[in-house]
Amino acid sequence: MDIINEAMRIFTDAGIGDAVRVTLAMALASVTISALLGIALGILLEQCHFPGKRILIRINHTLLGIPPVVVGLLVYLLLMRNGPLGAFALLFTIKGMVLAQIIIITPIITSMVYSYAFTTAPAVRAFAVTMGASKWQTQILTIKEMKYEIYFAIVTGFGRAISEVGSVMLVGGNIEGRTRTMTTAISMLKSQGIYTEGVTLGVLLLVFAFILQWAAESFQKRELENENY
Amino acid sequence: MKKFMTIISLMLFSLLVLTACGQSPDKTTGEKTSQNSGAGAVEAKGVLLMSTTTSTQDTGLLDYLAPIFLKDTGWKLQWTAVGTGQALKMGQDGNVDIVLCHAKASEEAFVDKGYGVKRYPVMFNDFVVVGPAQPIAANKDIHTVFDQINSQQLPFISRGDDSGTDKAERAIWASLKIDPKTNANYMKSGQGMGDTLAMASEKKAYCFTDRGTWLKIKNDSTVKIDLDIICEGDALLKNQYGVIAVNPQKYPKVNNQAANDFINWICSDRVQKLIAQYGVDKYGQALFTPNAGTNS
Repeated sequence: MDIINEAMRIFTDAGIGDAVRVTLAMALASVTISALLGIALGILLEQCHFPGKRILIRINHTLLGIPPVVVGLLVYLLLMRNGPLGAFALLFTIKGMVLAQIIIITPIITSMVYSYAFTTAPAVRAFAVTMGASKWQTQILTIKEMKYEIYFAIVTGFGRAISEVGSVMLVGGNIEGRTRTMTTAISMLKSQGIYTEGVTLGVLLLVFAFILQWAAESFQKRELENENY
Repeated sequence: MKKFMTIISLMLFSLLVLTACGQSPDKTTGEKTSQNSGAGAVEAKGVLLMSTTTSTQDTGLLDYLAPIFLKDTGWKLQWTAVGTGQALKMGQDGNVDIVLCHAKASEEAFVDKGYGVKRYPVMFNDFVVVGPAQPIAANKDIHTVFDQINSQQLPFISRGDDSGTDKAERAIWASLKIDPKTNANYMKSGQGMGDTLAMASEKKAYCFTDRGTWLKIKNDSTVKIDLDIICEGDALLKNQYGVIAVNPQKYPKVNNQAANDFINWICSDRVQKLIAQYGVDKYGQALFTPNAGTNS
């Protein structure tokens, strides 16, 4: 019983419950928006042909490797009270953090969707044309054909979202109960020399990572099984 | 305006991500951090490792003292600047030779538990309350100011990181018998003093800070800090620094000789005068007032 009480005390004292809530809210919101943008962009990029397309793809690949703390700094400057978007008062809010996360995650989902569409979509389109499908039906069929790959891209994006520290610390400001996420809480607890709570949060994040990994793997497995038919 | 150039390229940059058919030059930003190290040609004896609070580093005091210490004694001072809580914890674990921080009660407990040899007062500076000019008028009485912040539910950003400054702030709330958490706009940043001040400026919030960091941030920040001193000079706002050698009987590997040399050196008249002069040329006022040998 003592262990349970102690665990409960740690959970409420350091605002760990709040940190979990903030993390999940932020991750869900940013992944939802990034997924919508990323899937649309990835598919459009595969279908549209225009001058400068290769440069655009290259830029997207560069964005995959952009250090999150740089994104954090840029979003901070953008949202500052005297900055261009200062009037919206988004700095040190979850919305501001979501904006930074979208800039980080969208390129990841875009490139995953694009590279898969690049190999599968032409065949799907050829098939749809012979079946006499309309333009919309073709699009829907393309997405349906790629659904496991899209799940996988979303899960990857979610994993990135919950593990982000640098940009979230800068833009969110680590305010207790409002913008303190699990990762920024760990970093702060470490700087105070408190390790127990930090480790608790770390274990929770590991559990999340495990669930995600397991989900991603089962999507891939189903996909492989489908391909065998 | 350099800032606007940055911001315009930034907007292009985010547009690029949000639209399917946009083009823009790629932009990357590099970051550089420089670390301090004392230099000197005097016969070197070794390294003295210190854990200290962020304020002694952020004010530049240690950068100023370390080369002189090396020249005078031959010990090279290296430090890690963290919150007072962790600084003492590092001493408690025997990871450093000496601790310099500012939380008298915790420091005395540290010595009482046998982790430190003896606590010596070194110097003090003071805390101030900064905030927007409205609605609280500048005032010498910390009680009035904190009372108004609490009763009017004004935004207030606390460090909330168990640092020396955070402990001092909490002690003042407690001595005034006010529970700051009854204010819905009382926030905890969990970050260092500089970050917290920048945040207070952005949020037009009140903030409790040490004067040294305040002067430096106000002076050096690229972005204008929109805050002013609201309260200073109250007896409750004094911020005393102490230095403690980590107990060699508990941790035989610590460099106790260097630690003792440092204590004798920093408490000497000459170095105390150096501390009293520090910052006068740059900020128009001294950042620390030496008081070694007193009972503070």
